[in-house]
Amino acid sequence: MKWNRFMGAAVLAGLCFGVPAFAGEDAGMVKTSKGQVGIERAGQWIPAPVGTPVLVADRIKTGADGAVGVTLRDNTLLSAGPNSAFAIDKFAFNSTTYEGVVSVGVKKGTLAVSTGKIAKEKPESVDFRTPTSVIGVHGTEFVIETEAGDED
Amino acid sequence: MRIDSCGRWPLAALSALLLGGCVSERVVLLPAPDGRPTAITVRDSRGEVVLDQPFAGVERRGNEFKVLKSSEAEVKAKFGAALAAKPVPPRSFILYFEGGSETLTAVSAAELATIKREIAERPASEVMVIGHTDTVGGMDTNDKLSQKRAAAVREILIAAGVPAQKIETAGRGERELLVMSADEVAEPRNRRVEISVR
Repeated sequence: MKWNRFMGAAVLAGLCFGVPAFAGEDAGMVKTSKGQVGIERAGQWIPAPVGTPVLVADRIKTGADGAVGVTLRDNTLLSAGPNSAFAIDKFAFNSTTYEGVVSVGVKKGTLAVSTGKIAKEKPESVDFRTPTSVIGVHGTEFVIETEAGDED
Repeated sequence: MRIDSCGRWPLAALSALLLGGCVSERVVLLPAPDGRPTAITVRDSRGEVVLDQPFAGVERRGNEFKVLKSSEAEVKAKFGAALAAKPVPPRSFILYFEGGSETLTAVSAAELATIKREIAERPASEVMVIGHTDTVGGMDTNDKLSQKRAAAVREILIAAGVPAQKIETAGRGERELLVMSADEVAEPRNRRVEISVR
């Protein structure tokens, strides 16, 4: 069911190109990639080697031997260990004012975070969501692990 | 470390029970690389916990929720693979201009080789060229001027052989002064362009 919503959002983003925080908007890039790493985008599964663009609404997943590192456009660093999944639920960045929004859904596995320019300018615009909790930032580096029964 | 209203409301606790039935989670604050104060908040249906000491953490197992003190060794054991996959932190360079011109100072021009090497050596590198001004002139004027400076540096990088598609420009105007000053103060150190390589 969830993917229908993502696909709808992707179509919407296609219609109003340039509106930030919509699915399909450029959010970052894969900078490290080891073992099995892929991105689920608008219902499609694509492999994610180094250099793969990461878009808003992308869900990034690693296999049992996988690990991935992503740098978002505001210099936020996200990296996941094996058997992990996280989603760029929201991302927008104004490079003039450094205003924007970052919301990352941590579905399962391990994620290490080093926050970027948006968190420095306006920490309340940045959050990380596990199945049960919302993590807000007032600093830079932390790690999250979640072992949910159902990754949706 | 401060705990607010954790487990105080029976109704909220019930929803956590329903939601958190089969979930195990752990969040640990790491020391800031520059040693500065750092903190995160972890909020759920029961309340909010503030973590403000390095290696302070929270752990949830089923419906049990506890604050804990982790360690470097424990973080390495659990999160080693995720931390090892972390991208190289972005690196910034600052270029200065000869007074009132778009010509780089000799020192800045000499730094171009280092910048070019940094861009070439990083996997899937991207470059954000960010122009800044001093406080002379209005906000709009300075936004435009800073954008113009960034565009000039972009051209310099392209001429030096950096692929054009890697380079994005931004103009911060007078929003981020390197040297604090009152409005309408000419300050050469504020007239600069930052090159952020990520």
